[in-house]
Amino acid sequence: MKPAHDEPLNPSGASSIGHVVTEAVDTSHGPILYLDDITVSFDGFKALNKLTLTVDEGELRCIIGPNGAGKTTMMDVITGKTRPDAGSAFFGQSIDLTRLTEAEIAHAGIGRKFQKPTVFENHTVFENLELAIKTDKRVWASLRARLGDEQLDRISETLRTIDLLEQADRAAGLLSHGQKQWLEIGMLLMQEPQLLLLDEPVAGMTDEETAKTAQLLKTLEGSCSIVVVEHDMEFIDEIASTVTVLHEGSVLAEGGMNEIKSDERVIEVYLGR
Amino acid sequence: MKSEPLSLNYRPVEQPFFTKTGWTVVAVLALVALVIVPILYVAVPQEHPLHLSAYTVTLVGKILCYCIVACAMNLIWGYTGILSLGHGLFFALGGYAFGMYLMRQIGRDGQYQSDLPDFMVFLDWKEYPWHWAGTDSFLWALMLVVLVPGLLAFVFGFFAFRSRIKGVYFSIITQALTFAFMLLFFRNETGFGGNNGFTDFKRILGFDVTSPGMRATLFALSAAALLGAVVMTRYLERSKTGRVLRAIRDSESRLMFSGYNPLWYKLFIWTLSAVMCGIAGALYVPQVGIINPSEMSPANSIEIAVWVAVGGRGTLIGPLLGASTVNGAKSFFTQSFPEYWLFFLGLLFILVTLFMPKGIVGLVNRIMKRDQ
Ligand SMILES: Nc1ncnc2c1ncn2[C@@H]1O[C@H](COP(=O)(O)OP(=O)(O)OP(=O)(O)O)[C@@H](O)[C@H]1O
Ligand SMILES: [Mg+2]
Repeated sequence: MKPAHDEPLNPSGASSIGHVVTEAVDTSHGPILYLDDITVSFDGFKALNKLTLTVDEGELRCIIGPNGAGKTTMMDVITGKTRPDAGSAFFGQSIDLTRLTEAEIAHAGIGRKFQKPTVFENHTVFENLELAIKTDKRVWASLRARLGDEQLDRISETLRTIDLLEQADRAAGLLSHGQKQWLEIGMLLMQEPQLLLLDEPVAGMTDEETAKTAQLLKTLEGSCSIVVVEHDMEFIDEIASTVTVLHEGSVLAEGGMNEIKSDERVIEVYLGR
Repeated sequence: MKSEPLSLNYRPVEQPFFTKTGWTVVAVLALVALVIVPILYVAVPQEHPLHLSAYTVTLVGKILCYCIVACAMNLIWGYTGILSLGHGLFFALGGYAFGMYLMRQIGRDGQYQSDLPDFMVFLDWKEYPWHWAGTDSFLWALMLVVLVPGLLAFVFGFFAFRSRIKGVYFSIITQALTFAFMLLFFRNETGFGGNNGFTDFKRILGFDVTSPGMRATLFALSAAALLGAVVMTRYLERSKTGRVLRAIRDSESRLMFSGYNPLWYKLFIWTLSAVMCGIAGALYVPQVGIINPSEMSPANSIEIAVWVAVGGRGTLIGPLLGASTVNGAKSFFTQSFPEYWLFFLGLLFILVTLFMPKGIVGLVNRIMKRDQ
């Protein structure tokens, strides 16, 4: 089987005429995400420094680390926003993330929530989900697109999951901060991703909202792999199996929550502050 | 089938294409433009108080063409958030494309009674340059009206959007593009009549261009094209493509990470917009009787943006209101105080930007809300 993405791609993305990666991610050898020796520098400053990290299929991984550790930059590399100066990034066995555009990576099955909640503020909540739904996203398809009953039901289901059914007709810009975070997560769910990247999903949420989000992530566990970047230790305690600590662009420590909490170096650079 | 009761499932309320009032307004305006105006102009005798003068019909016909351009600008700027300051170029190219046909239709009735247009005789040219090939054919001329602005926009847009040129940089490049073309068209060697451009048109398909019948036809065609532009805008506005375009305007990166490639959406709407301008230009030129490179001047393109800003960006009828009021004001100014027109235009733009960010439509909406 020759994967579609093996074709040489124009790095500028011009060749991606509505490119749809239909092939399933090959995870036959374990990890769904494989970062190896990734280095990213901005004007000489290394935001990522030989970062190596793997995430297994179905895993829920938490990433912590002080401000500027490179957590967001890592997500930028995985989603095609930033190209690494060195190293490789693979989705499954065969999808080379460093050669795909943002849109192609999304089609391949990676969904991303931004650190600052980003939804389409002038669109209704419903329209936000509609735009995200997994489908043919080329111009001609969109010109004639009409939602079928099945898709409408899926949107309703997501609206219920993220508790925004009542708000479906409201402009997303009118939602509270926490609701926007949920809407963005809901949009990711509509994409039916195999890997979810969540950059600080509970920032600015009330305790109650945070608990609900933890619940939501736990229900998703197993159906897709999730990478969560967070500063909220209680939240991580709630959901995490494995925690990775980033510091100055590389992995400082990795392991279970208790292990991490008692790690001298982690206490020094992060927890102890 | 899902087992949940239906009431728990959300179903969006479908918006009508036009409201009842909307349809009525469209129907009345179409009736006026396509039937009543031609009758009042052609069939009602000149002495009659209801007679419309050729001046009025031409002026309104001209404004209808501007309204089409405003609609086109609204698609790319209002909905997609990409400010083009070069739309005058596409308008002029459509005008020139049809102008070539109009020049061919002069036949031997020019000053020099030659098969070539006067300006070519004047340059001592013996035959038509290559790019005039086939322009004696009405159908080929119509195709050029669409193809020339369309292809230029597609190629230019492809490289600009692929390089992810955005915002003010894009606006400046489009401004430079129209300026470069203006300089090119000013040159006699380019073969488009230099700074005089094309004028003294005689016929279309053998019919006199200044005859009332032809004027009324051009007027009705302009109105029909504008109606088409409005209906198409509304279709796009309601389609998923329209929602994607607005998403490009509001948060392009969210859209990319949701799996859309903005390049093709931008290119689609940009090219469509350019083609609409080309068609407007082709309808405009036979009505005003002249096309020259000044249509490509940077100021003209800026004026188009002002129309849309004044009327209300990203609204269906705002651009039409803007194009009509600003051009109404322009007719008044250029007759009474021609030297102040540009100052007035600049002032208008500043005032609208500061106090009416959503233009006339936004202002009306605000007043209506307050009254409720
Ligand atoms: N585009 C850029 N240009 C220059 N420097 C950048 C750029 N993006 C990130 N950086 C720098 O790279 C470093 C890592 O940034 P990053 O956003 O990945 O940190 P983070 O771990 O997500 O931090 P936080 O917890 O504050 O979100 C920071 O020092 C930041 O200033
Ligand atoms: Mg960050």
